[in-house]
Amino acid sequence: MDITSLTAVELGKKIKAKEISVVDAVKASIVQIEKMEKDVHSFVTIDKEGALKRAEEVQKLIDHGTLTGPLAGVPVAIKDNMCTKDMLTTCSSKILGNFKPTFTAEAVLNLERAGAVIIGKTNMDEFAMGSTTETSYYGETKNPWNLNHVPGGSSGGSCAAVAAEECPYALGSDTGGSIRQPSSFCGVVGIKPTYGTVSRYGLIAYGSSLDQIGPIAKDVADCATILEAIASHDPKDSTSIAREKYDFTSALVEDVEGMKIGIPKDYFGDGLDKEVKEKILEAVKVLEEKGAIVEEFDLSLVQYAIPAYYVIASAEASSNLSRFDGVKYGYRTQEYEGLHNMYKKTRSEGFGAEVKRRIMLGSFVLSSGYYDAYYLKALRTKALIKQAFDNAFAKYDVIIAPASPTTAPELGKSLSDPLKMYLGDIYTISVNLAGLPGISIPVGTDSKGLPVGMQIIGNCFEENKIIRVAYTFEQTRTYERPELVKEGR
Amino acid sequence: MAKQYETVIGLEVHVELATKTKIFCSCSTEFGGAPNTHTCPVCTGMPGSLPVLNKQVVEYAMAIGLATNCDITQVCKFDRKNYFYPDNPQNYQISQLYLPIARNGYVEIEVGDLKKKVRIHEMHMEEDAGKLVHDEWDDTSLVDYNRSGVPLVEIVSEPDMRSADEVIAYLEKLRTIIQYLGASDCKLQEGSMRADVNLSVREVGTEKFGIRTEMKNLNSFKAIARAIEGERERQIELLEEGKEVIQETRRWDDNKESSYAMRSKEDAQDYRYFPEPDLVPIVISDEWIAKIKAQQPELRTEKLERYKKEFDIPQYDAEIITNSKHMADIFEATTAICKKPKKVSNWLMVETLRLLKDHDMEPEDIKFSPENLAKLIGLTEAGTVNSSVAKEVFEKIFAEDIDPEKYVEEHGLKTVNDEGALIEVLEKVIADHPQAVADYKGGKEKALGALVGQTMKAMKGKANPGMVNQKLKEMLKEC
Repeated sequence: MDITSLTAVELGKKIKAKEISVVDAVKASIVQIEKMEKDVHSFVTIDKEGALKRAEEVQKLIDHGTLTGPLAGVPVAIKDNMCTKDMLTTCSSKILGNFKPTFTAEAVLNLERAGAVIIGKTNMDEFAMGSTTETSYYGETKNPWNLNHVPGGSSGGSCAAVAAEECPYALGSDTGGSIRQPSSFCGVVGIKPTYGTVSRYGLIAYGSSLDQIGPIAKDVADCATILEAIASHDPKDSTSIAREKYDFTSALVEDVEGMKIGIPKDYFGDGLDKEVKEKILEAVKVLEEKGAIVEEFDLSLVQYAIPAYYVIASAEASSNLSRFDGVKYGYRTQEYEGLHNMYKKTRSEGFGAEVKRRIMLGSFVLSSGYYDAYYLKALRTKALIKQAFDNAFAKYDVIIAPASPTTAPELGKSLSDPLKMYLGDIYTISVNLAGLPGISIPVGTDSKGLPVGMQIIGNCFEENKIIRVAYTFEQTRTYERPELVKEGR
Repeated sequence: MAKQYETVIGLEVHVELATKTKIFCSCSTEFGGAPNTHTCPVCTGMPGSLPVLNKQVVEYAMAIGLATNCDITQVCKFDRKNYFYPDNPQNYQISQLYLPIARNGYVEIEVGDLKKKVRIHEMHMEEDAGKLVHDEWDDTSLVDYNRSGVPLVEIVSEPDMRSADEVIAYLEKLRTIIQYLGASDCKLQEGSMRADVNLSVREVGTEKFGIRTEMKNLNSFKAIARAIEGERERQIELLEEGKEVIQETRRWDDNKESSYAMRSKEDAQDYRYFPEPDLVPIVISDEWIAKIKAQQPELRTEKLERYKKEFDIPQYDAEIITNSKHMADIFEATTAICKKPKKVSNWLMVETLRLLKDHDMEPEDIKFSPENLAKLIGLTEAGTVNSSVAKEVFEKIFAEDIDPEKYVEEHGLKTVNDEGALIEVLEKVIADHPQAVADYKGGKEKALGALVGQTMKAMKGKANPGMVNQKLKEMLKEC
């Protein structure tokens, strides 16, 4: 039996049935990581010893009947912007190169309570700023489907790790598409939940009003199960919402009969790759054949989403990242004269180019005299976008869109033109601005053999609708693996 | 004729609120403690930590806002004020700019015969910063985050004050209100109340305000008065020399009685304020406001009236006692035990005030317990100790809060009411002072005093003076 090819839920069942021990599950991941890392480089930190030790503890708890959940004993990889107590948490930045948090993020704690075994911390764009995982200080992650291509970002490490079967599932974070876009590039499933569903306590903030943690796995059932485990009302996070229900697995139903699907015309026009468009419309067709009612509609406001997003996210980031100053933790420059010089040199040396660009952009839009023209206007745009989605959800159960205009670009082609890279976020960022849930699921590959992802967007607190639609579609195809993984067997 | 100048002053007053825990985490606000022991990931700005608002802070702020006649902002928000300094662990302070909790209030002040309103522009809630400790031996600086996250309100007045006296009256008024609400102890010396003075001068009769400066580091009423006088003179001098006042922040050095510029308007930082995304807006319902109003304790004016009526205390005494919430509390607690309001008032008005003045202390620094003062009053009323002994014992109570009953017992200070013993002493005094006796008999009433004094001296002050007088007269008649 090939342990690493299992989904998280499948592996969890076998662990529960004592067919596989937790230590063997962890060892299988470690072996796969050793095989894949030289090519893919999904991880910043791999904690073999810690994981094996924890595996034994978890096994005991399972044997005692203390841990009975579906994820008990299943290894997991955590994006490196979530705090893990006493374990390096770098945000893929030089400035946090030596940073070991004193506490664990609430979402990760929730997983630990469910019996998860953390195998390591995954690579990402530095401070989650980027769409390719190339801005990491610790080197880029490569797409397991084609090592000359990027895995997407910023949760590129988490998505590549799942695609390369280095772990059955991973946590990512999504501020403007950082779960959905790399999921689509790597041919895996990723959910960005409704803002406030998963606690942000312990997530090192990029854009606080947009950030949300979510699951990345091989299939929809895994994602629903993981979301059920990580979602909670956390009094430590004031933006955390007490939801009526935290049951997402009950939505794993193969039935879209009578569901209304809205297709925003504006999302399928200029700039969308022809093959991506075809694949998604084919998938929509499948859903229509299964009884869904599909209708096109107008969502023209989205053209303002990109500028609004980059103003808000950068403004928040410029403030959120000011705490990295060399005073209390993390990197401090070697030689300096006085406080001001220490700040300046530490931050100049500690941050990469993309982070500096966004700190400068954010500082600029918040400067006195510019605040109204940029930040305030962006907030108003955000409110209008939310309203446009409210109107759409009055008519439709879900909205279907691409996750990205193209499949994964080649390595080294994106960073030279940041504006173009920003435009690649066009289909994902409005979802963050409006606080909505979204899922990306694989719908096939293009002629280059790269995966295409379809995004399903729901109204706030209606994860169950997008899960149901995604699950229904998923039943019509089989999970595809990259050649790299198949060859490795 | 020389030009006449008018001083225009507005104040920014920071008050540390008396909550047990910090504004955004559950760390203790207690003063002192080894460096960085009252800290957690939130108040040290660790990555991933998030603030959660302490409801008590909002309630104290609302109470102060209501007591100073402000409008409460029913949807209010926090904003981030961005600036880099190591005492500020996140390099931004969570404060309020756009929607502060209270606005448009006023307090009434009295200076001599002048009664006026000082308007309050706004009041906002914010977090305090940590403290830098400079180690000169090592040439390093260390940070203590124990104060980081202690809740503050900043009360910003309109430029309505015209003299140091008005400023002091305004501050005393604010302090009394806030102390009465129990929202803060408002100690200037310890920094739980801090005032920054914005001051400008203009020629009498002009409408336009002059260019103002902001003065910091004022930690006593005396320092505030001196700083105002000093800054007024400095600005007038500049104007008289035909120079301009520069808009700047100045630091007052009370030892040198002069100020120096810290930063000018040109280097003023751009704080890049924006709404704090980690906190949700605070929605304050009418019911909540009504609840805070209903909980509002008796404020000074009401207390003063009640004292006059209930305890029959003169206006002047009631004013002094109620000027400090702490003193008023002691007054009421002591009265409740001994049921002698006038006696209690006397002890506070005379001996307590004298000792406070001698030791350069504020009424808030009174440490003695009402029980011990009540016991002392009991002892004097019963004639167990005479008044001079009582004063001596009170000094002990004031300094160390001793139990007067025990103390009097242990030190043998009880008044001697034993007639036999007294007669013995009197006989000796009369025998030893024939001249005084003769004088008295010759009609010199004064001579009696000398004899009484000698008797008290011989009895080490413990005699009952009434009894000495009476007995002495009787015995003098007979001899």
